[in-house]
Amino acid sequence: MKAAGLQSVVSTFREIKSRAESQWWELRDGGKPVVLVGTATCGRAAGALEVVQAIRDELKKQKLDCPVIEVGCMGHCYAEPIVTIIKPGYPPICYGHVNPVIAERLIREFILGDDPCLEFVLGALEENDLVPSFSDFPRAKFEKKVILKNCGYIDPQQIEHYIANGGYSALVKALQMPPEKIIDEVKRSGLRGRGGAGFPAGEKWEICRNASGKPKYLICNGDEGDPGAFMDRAILESDPHSVLEGMLIAGYAIGAPFGYLYVRAEYPLAVRRAQLALRQARKLNLLGRNILGSDFSFDIKLFQGSGAFVCGEETALIASLEGKPGIPHYRPPYPATNGLYGKPTLINNVKTLSFIRHIIQNGAEWFVSIGTERSKGTAVFALAGKVVNTGLTEVPMGTTLRQVIFDVGSGIPGGKRFKAVQIGGPSGGCLPESALDLPIDFDSLADAGAMMGSGGMIVLDEDDCMVEIARYFLDFTQRESCGKCTFCRLGTKQMLEVLDEITKGKGKIKDLDMLVELAEDIKAGSLCGLGKTAPNPVLSTLRFFRDEYEAHIKEGRCPALMCRELIAYYIIPEKCERSCDACVGTCTVEAISANKKRVKVIDQEKCVKCGTCLTSCPPQYNAVVKLSPPSQVPASK
Amino acid sequence: MIEEQAKVKQQTRRILNRFGRKRENLIPILQKVQGKLGYFPREAMLEIAEFLDMPEIDVYSVVTFYNQFRLIPPGKHSVRVCLGTACHMKGGYIALDAWKRRLDIDRGQTTLDREFDLETVACVGCCVMAPVTVVDDKPQAKVEPTKVDGILLSFKLEKERQGEESR
Repeated sequence: MKAAGLQSVVSTFREIKSRAESQWWELRDGGKPVVLVGTATCGRAAGALEVVQAIRDELKKQKLDCPVIEVGCMGHCYAEPIVTIIKPGYPPICYGHVNPVIAERLIREFILGDDPCLEFVLGALEENDLVPSFSDFPRAKFEKKVILKNCGYIDPQQIEHYIANGGYSALVKALQMPPEKIIDEVKRSGLRGRGGAGFPAGEKWEICRNASGKPKYLICNGDEGDPGAFMDRAILESDPHSVLEGMLIAGYAIGAPFGYLYVRAEYPLAVRRAQLALRQARKLNLLGRNILGSDFSFDIKLFQGSGAFVCGEETALIASLEGKPGIPHYRPPYPATNGLYGKPTLINNVKTLSFIRHIIQNGAEWFVSIGTERSKGTAVFALAGKVVNTGLTEVPMGTTLRQVIFDVGSGIPGGKRFKAVQIGGPSGGCLPESALDLPIDFDSLADAGAMMGSGGMIVLDEDDCMVEIARYFLDFTQRESCGKCTFCRLGTKQMLEVLDEITKGKGKIKDLDMLVELAEDIKAGSLCGLGKTAPNPVLSTLRFFRDEYEAHIKEGRCPALMCRELIAYYIIPEKCERSCDACVGTCTVEAISANKKRVKVIDQEKCVKCGTCLTSCPPQYNAVVKLSPPSQVPASK
Repeated sequence: MIEEQAKVKQQTRRILNRFGRKRENLIPILQKVQGKLGYFPREAMLEIAEFLDMPEIDVYSVVTFYNQFRLIPPGKHSVRVCLGTACHMKGGYIALDAWKRRLDIDRGQTTLDREFDLETVACVGCCVMAPVTVVDDKPQAKVEPTKVDGILLSFKLEKERQGEESR
């Protein structure tokens, strides 16, 4: 690149940055209180939009002039909706579980008055003497936020916030480097693809750069289809520019003029926020022709997926971009040499690209200093299921499962016992308690029979049936199989049928050997990752929880009391409070009635086993129980 | 009926005019057309095939391949039950049963009065609120059978209120 071009890049960006910074600091230190509300999808599900409305109404009523900003997801999803108030003279304070009533109180008592309403505090964003800060939380010791750092703190709908917090500086730095140097930096960083397989990103970039064929394409894979993973969604909703910046740097490094941002259809908010981000970046000439006056031109088009899990596989994703059904094809040739329209195409996951700007900014050595021998950097996990602190977390590679689940996630709610953790979605596996001290990285998880996948972590407790979870995943992959490979199309169906029978208590012990046999065949006979990994949930549960399979088959009993064909709900007459009708009123199918003594009885014929009676029975009586096998229910007199 | 078909053709054509005649535009076209019509009547697919100069069967194959596209008209309100892992383990299948029971339809169907359609989705990414049902684009948290009844009741009340107002 010509020196004149570079000077203009630096000076143009300096101006943009100083404008953005003055905007940011005016907001933060302008003397006015600022209210931040997390309105990512997780916040919205918990009622964040109602909270925003209540805050706006109350501010108007009190004639207060203070900005209300919608931010993304902080990762503390368990405490949504989350409101942060930054008031001069106080540290920025974060409130959890806010509803419209609490929101109004916060406005009246904290913003108008001077009472920071400590009873609703979740934590402060900075260390101070008044309230504990997030960095004082026990989990802070284990977390290291790199790509989630901005999430929940900046307004994803204002590019200035991103720029003021260091955004697009890495792009400017990259534009001053020769592309080979960038690729070398990424290679030395040891960054591995965060989409699941963990292929070294730098190597992929190099192959693509050296491949012949023009134009080259770049695709950011945001088709986060693993049920139970939602970090790509959170990043796109909370910090979309970090993904765009990664794409720009990657496009520059491999010599691509054009990129696609492929986002799942099920994420409408992520699509909207990414689209807005693209428009804003174009307006500042951070995207488009001759970016910042340099001779590098790059544009990005957002493409919405249409709800097919298999499209997370790169060749299927390319097929869908070309307007075809998302059916994978045989590799090699890999997309890096022969991808979209037969041209060299680099496909990276949202998280992989989010790391790029940090690597360019801080250098490969910094990145190498985090993580384990063969897996560098941090890993983002989505914690869900039976865990207290559900949400997102980012920890250095090499952190143990126990630390993530019990220290970051605060363990299992309701005093239940941990049973297993499901990692890697339908391609992953269930790991038992004995694997809890495993340091997490790409290789250790694969050795243990699971895989990193996209980082969804579902914690299971004693009430979760391992046969049922294997059946669930098979049901999913069987439905999502594109049908190209016979083993995947028919084999998964066959496995599902066997598992269905087992969960209904009709399985035979020799079925277990058949499951293993089928699993091996499907793995060998499938082209793409979907088929190759589909049997993993069955194999890992069979390996660690064979006794549960046997209980279903031999005794017709579901040890976790989950499989509906193998359980019955029963009201213990001695415990039933005769004057209480809670279960009768709530039963959705009117299967409960009172007998002559006013003791409630469930009509087993009518019962659909939805469990409403069990939840509605007041804890002081606790009269409803689940029994397995159903034959344990005493015959009614 | 013929009038209806002509209308579908016209609406489809109006959307098509905004796109280039390239196959890569097929999925974005389909998304826009479904956004307008709610589903794919035969005429719409024929129109798209002609516009992109591709076999009709190929349009049909793409429509049926992707979960997002539907071949039957949607209801006024959409009910999408999340069956992601977290939702499933926390009783998403129980919520699905409750919806099926109350609406008296199976997944992928629309009620006879075209008030509701019932679909399942793989994961809407709100795992922490499990089990989730997305009703008219609003994710509803912790949907148990009683909440299903509550949501349906609120629609019923709203409809009655509107009926009274219009009277």
